[in-house]
Amino acid sequence: MFDFSEEEINRYSRHILLKEVGVEGQEKIRNAKVLVVGAGGLGSPVILYLAAAGVGTIGIIDGDAVDLSNLQRQIIHTTPDVGYSKALSAKEKVNALNPHVNAIAYQEFLKADNALDLFKGYDFIVDATDNFPVKYLINDACVLTGKPFSHGGIFQFEGQTFTHVPGSNCYRCLFDAPPESAPSCAQAGVLGAIAGMLGTIQSAEVLKYITGVGELLTDQLLTFDARNMDFRKMSIPKRDDCPVCGKQPTIKQLIEYKQVSCELKQH
Amino acid sequence: MATHTLDITKEHCPMTFVKTKLKLAQIAQGDILEVLLLEGEPLNNVPKSAAEQGYHVIGISHVEGNVHKVIIKK
Repeated sequence: MFDFSEEEINRYSRHILLKEVGVEGQEKIRNAKVLVVGAGGLGSPVILYLAAAGVGTIGIIDGDAVDLSNLQRQIIHTTPDVGYSKALSAKEKVNALNPHVNAIAYQEFLKADNALDLFKGYDFIVDATDNFPVKYLINDACVLTGKPFSHGGIFQFEGQTFTHVPGSNCYRCLFDAPPESAPSCAQAGVLGAIAGMLGTIQSAEVLKYITGVGELLTDQLLTFDARNMDFRKMSIPKRDDCPVCGKQPTIKQLIEYKQVSCELKQH
Repeated sequence: MATHTLDITKEHCPMTFVKTKLKLAQIAQGDILEVLLLEGEPLNNVPKSAAEQGYHVIGISHVEGNVHKVIIKK
């Protein structure tokens, strides 16, 4: 217990100094296993902050390759990474940032047939994805297996996030099913910095969950609009008639929804 | 109930308190930690920080020269 090296004590000193974290909290962070789904706009700050914090195991799943148009917001990737696997690129940045972290790269997309197996090895799942089918997949897989997760979504200048733990509201309590239509190509624009804003909130939630500090964004939805920097928190009670976490759930297995949007690469 | 000693006379703020917290985490509840530190910043801050974070500072004594001993009960 608490067998931190001199190097680790120095590296994590600003966590150890916090009364609410301390050596005990840092030990919990070191023992934690977090899976980040998506190494894009949200995943970049999430992965970097979790690695910097010393999360012992970070799984990174992304089947995509880095595109030049990603670099405006996906700050874990650099210009020489264009064309390279996002999962591997992110893993290499983690290794460089903090060699104490065991980073595991999965060069594939999350699907109905790999989600449950993959989630088994992790304590917390981060939804850092950019499309509705995977958001519902993460939600349902977490509800069905009793895993906590952080939901995150961004659109243009706006962001939204909530945290789910077993028993708290889920994504389907908010929105029953994926929308009929997705944003058009012309709506795919996003202010790069808001990915950092939202992803950073998600990483703080992960660290709060691991250390038990404060109160999580459960049964609430935090939204912001960076145009006027308006932050709002609304209460979202858990729904008894929720199709996946309600009293008589109709969804008992994972559903592979089709993505309805233009073919623009917008990871 | 054991008594442990920690020498932080070569450390600077905030590592003085980081090392103190680490040692406090490693010892058993009820044990005593004697922290050797220098007067000035460490002597001013370490006992204060320990008390603020809920530890029981039971005494401070002069050892020799500019070295002092802060006694903390976990």
